[in-house]
Amino acid sequence: MTGTSIEAPHERALALLGGQPDDATLRRYLHGLPGVDAVGLEARAADLGTRSIKTTSKAWALDTIVKLIDLTTLEGADTPGKVRSLTAKALAPDPGDRQTPRTAAVCVYGDMVGIAVESLGAAHGDPDDGLVAVAAVATAFPSGRASLEIKLADTRDAVAAGADEIDMVIDRGAFLSGRYGQVFDEIVAVKDACRRADGTSASLKVILETGELMSYDNVRRASWLSILAGGDFIKTSTGKVAPAATLPVTLLMLEVVRDWHTATGGRIGVKPAGGIRTSKDAIKYLVTVAETVGEDWLQPHLFRFGASSLLNDVLLQRQKLRTGHYSGPDYVTID
Amino acid sequence: MGFLEYAPAPESTSLVSFRNEYGLYIDGEWTAGGGTPFQSINPATEAVLATVAEADAADVDRAVAAARRAYEKVWSKTSGKDRGKYLFRIARLVQERARELAVAEVLDNGKPIKEARDVDVPLVAAWFFHYAGWADKLDYAGLGPNPRALGVAGQVIPWNFPLLMLAWKLAPALAAGNTVVLKPAETTPLTALLFVEILEQAGLPAGVVNIITGAGATGAALVAHPDVDKVAFTGSTAVGRGIARAIAGTEKRVTLELGGKAANIVFDDAPLDEAVNGIVNGIFFNQGQVCCAGSRLLVQESIHDEVVERLQRRLSTLRVGDPMDKNTDVGAINSKVQLERVTRMVEVGESEGASRWSAPCDLPENGFWFAPTIFTDVQASHRIAREEIFGPVLSVLTFRTPDEAVAKANNTPYGLSAGIWSDKGSRILELANRLRAGVIWANTFNRFDPASPFGGYRESGYGREGGRPGLTSYLQAAPAAVPAVQAAKPVTSRKGAAK
Repeated sequence: MTGTSIEAPHERALALLGGQPDDATLRRYLHGLPGVDAVGLEARAADLGTRSIKTTSKAWALDTIVKLIDLTTLEGADTPGKVRSLTAKALAPDPGDRQTPRTAAVCVYGDMVGIAVESLGAAHGDPDDGLVAVAAVATAFPSGRASLEIKLADTRDAVAAGADEIDMVIDRGAFLSGRYGQVFDEIVAVKDACRRADGTSASLKVILETGELMSYDNVRRASWLSILAGGDFIKTSTGKVAPAATLPVTLLMLEVVRDWHTATGGRIGVKPAGGIRTSKDAIKYLVTVAETVGEDWLQPHLFRFGASSLLNDVLLQRQKLRTGHYSGPDYVTID
Repeated sequence: MGFLEYAPAPESTSLVSFRNEYGLYIDGEWTAGGGTPFQSINPATEAVLATVAEADAADVDRAVAAARRAYEKVWSKTSGKDRGKYLFRIARLVQERARELAVAEVLDNGKPIKEARDVDVPLVAAWFFHYAGWADKLDYAGLGPNPRALGVAGQVIPWNFPLLMLAWKLAPALAAGNTVVLKPAETTPLTALLFVEILEQAGLPAGVVNIITGAGATGAALVAHPDVDKVAFTGSTAVGRGIARAIAGTEKRVTLELGGKAANIVFDDAPLDEAVNGIVNGIFFNQGQVCCAGSRLLVQESIHDEVVERLQRRLSTLRVGDPMDKNTDVGAINSKVQLERVTRMVEVGESEGASRWSAPCDLPENGFWFAPTIFTDVQASHRIAREEIFGPVLSVLTFRTPDEAVAKANNTPYGLSAGIWSDKGSRILELANRLRAGVIWANTFNRFDPASPFGGYRESGYGREGGRPGLTSYLQAAPAAVPAVQAAKPVTSRKGAAK
């Protein structure tokens, strides 16, 4: 991803905050945001979930979902072999249909970035150009419980190995105890660590881990905080905590992104991750994006799914649309 | 074509087959009507769906006589437990035939299938389930032991929720032990006539429910009939007044569910995105053809512009069109007459100086359509702020303080419903006490539940439907006569026995 300068969003944030990003100023700003009515939010999400997407719209939706997937493996047992298998899948998801688009990225732990870059070869690059990016989780993922130095070293290491995108976690402990300034400063520092020697910068996805934030009000505040601090993307979850992505939480984050766009003209990406396993569910997310921020957002640099098993279900649905009948799990590859 | 122009997703209409002609359902049989038959059309296409009989005064007489017979010979002798069984059966049949009923409602009424499927029909089943449970527990209705049914109920229902209003009327009446003559609206009689199949499937004894069709004259004859003990009407305030006059001085009991001009009050600390959705649901649900619609938006002046902007953005994503498409949000206006009334009121609004904004959308050529519309710069003295429009038209007014909000909200001859949007619970509770409206929603709008009483103040009518109050509207306390053998016993022991 091409670099954006760090100073610009930071200055914008200071102007919006009307002061330095310390705990008191941030608290005043974040707690002054309109509240979220949980019942209303969930009802709206459920309503969007009843849209009926058929025929040509469904075909377009399925291809778009593939193009927006960060195909993910984040296990302690990951090996170079597993990562190579994953990149092969990202490049050619359905061996029986070469028309199948590539996924947006593969998402791996930092030590696997080199393997991923190498096995993608010439196909490594910007997903907006039809290439496949490499995303790395960093900052002591998934807990984020390490010193800032370790988190920054983790980030620099992944960027140096060729990561295009960094998925960082916020310090939920600091957030929940009201140390907003610390969370803000960490995001700014990690963003800085995303810079490369040539002046460009890896794109930064900020994971809120909404399953640990306990309330929709907190999700809204953490979203604003992450955007103010310079995150390029806000991401729901690590996938290691239940609940991971839900439609209401994603809707709420999209509303923040929409309001940020209205206020500043800036475009922030959203990435629901974890728990989205079926095409039917993923289509609900597409509908929610299109009807909240507009369908412009359905591009790899503005919306992603963090998922692994979702891809095969989408491939089965694509086969069904093409051939008119359902096949089965043996007609898609296990990677 | 963009993704947002979702490909058509029409619900199949093959589930429903209306007959070409319908008679009157009296005493368990279809009979011809004495009046001039009329047609019911699909408001989205103007295609004729069926021809329906018109009941004249003699037919009304026959229907009331059948209901009286069924009351005296059968229904008043049927135990509460058995009445409950019939109602449970009806509720289950509604669930089994839910899709068919939803499609039929859409064809005859013009509302979007999404609403008929997700709101109307599930609520119909819920109403029958709720009152089925009451049928054998009338001792706990609050009228003392052994309360009695009233007798024959004459019920006249509107066209905006044809099947749901039927359920609101039939379920408590039957649970309480009354028999019924029901007249659906002349533009939407078909689901009531289809419902006869469910009554027959449930094995309800003949004459307990009689359904007669016709227009205003039929309804007037029914409510004025001397052998009707209870009148229940939902509809316009003008007709409600006429009914009140017609039955004044008689022994008849009456509940009237009339018009409204509900205030939906949005404070500056409201959850804004949810408030915007609630405003949309409040006024554009069922094309705004809802007596409790939140047609007056009272928004705190400091957030007026932001709320209007968000509303306009949200309304631009509403899909107006084919009600049978599962993605349609706003369907057709129910009739040409109603469309003309809405159009006229909007012209009045414009000529009074309010600013009109209508959502950009292509409306179908045939059928009756009106784009979702918002009026800003509306003054309290404008007619569009005073009179019920009964269409997808929202009037936006502002206020500065909670006192002003209450004063403006109450400044209407109506008083059916109101909404409050605020993150502050204490403010909501305080305001709810001061608003003169029968139903007050906090941080939501247009939510219905069979356990919750519904009804109005002043020109919105009187009496309550739903919950226990809705049941007692069809009951009277047992006569106070004390049997001779017990007369000598102390009064306290009798009271104790009642508990």
